[in-house]
Amino acid sequence: MSETPREDRLRVRPYALTGGRVRSSTELALETIVRVTPRGEASSADLNTERRQICEMCADPTSIAEVSAHLKLPLGVVRVLVGDMVTEGLLDCNVPVVAGDDTRPDLRLLERVLDGLQAL
Amino acid sequence: MVFKRSERTEETPGRGVPLPVKIVVAGGYAVGKTTFVGSISEIEPLTTEASLTSHSKGVDIAGEAEKKSTTVAMDFGRISLGDDLILYLFGTPGQDRFHFMWDDLVRGAIGAVVLVDTSRLEDCFAAVDYFESAGLPFVVAVNAFFGRIHHSLDDVREALAIPADVPMMVTDARDRAATKATLLELVQHALTRAATPA
Repeated sequence: MSETPREDRLRVRPYALTGGRVRSSTELALETIVRVTPRGEASSADLNTERRQICEMCADPTSIAEVSAHLKLPLGVVRVLVGDMVTEGLLDCNVPVVAGDDTRPDLRLLERVLDGLQAL
Repeated sequence: MVFKRSERTEETPGRGVPLPVKIVVAGGYAVGKTTFVGSISEIEPLTTEASLTSHSKGVDIAGEAEKKSTTVAMDFGRISLGDDLILYLFGTPGQDRFHFMWDDLVRGAIGAVVLVDTSRLEDCFAAVDYFESAGLPFVVAVNAFFGRIHHSLDDVREALAIPADVPMMVTDARDRAATKATLLELVQHALTRAATPA
């Protein structure tokens, strides 16, 4: 846990990647898992460094939080970048866009989690 | 009940991408959140940073301006539950001023584990208050350092004003089996809550 101010390199510059935006057209949860699409794979050579890194990292299903941790970019920045890339068809995600607050996992999903944990 | 969600065709976006679920691990500073996450995670806990500048709401307790240029770090781990389901455990800073981030965290969460150090009970007041008001299922797990706790669970429940229906247990954040038992208790509690009409 850290609450000390970071260098500008970490704090300000990443948002230059998003054109200064802190929101994406697609609002993704931080645990949203994404994977590169065939289109993303095909065009990854033409993308800028961060987008290319995201495409490469997401060859295996990877969450937004993991992308943020591995690229050492703030969550807010990664959410915008990944949200844009999902919209552009470069990445695929399994979670519908979160609409309201009533998003608790349903009974069946909870039972799957319980079974999965018990089997560990 | 009929669930249509899993009926996907080959062309459906998202095919083959596992479904994420998450549990929040809260508690005061140095209570053992990252140890708890790390004891069961299949990866070394990772750290991600959120900037207070981008999402802060209102004014923090120090009354400082909203545009605050600090970052808060959050540790998290991952547990694959079969091929198509991944459980993320997010350890979150417990201080009041970080509530802005909890809104984001608890959305869609299964529930929360509030880790308690009995020598610093007050450190988890904020977390308990928050999860109660957010309506998020939670359990209170007293982290027993060296197998000892300073107060009985009943005393802790009374001191923290934990409602009778909220499960409490002793855990050991370093021990995988104890962590697993704590998570199971939470998921079971969430199931009971979900199965009970409000």
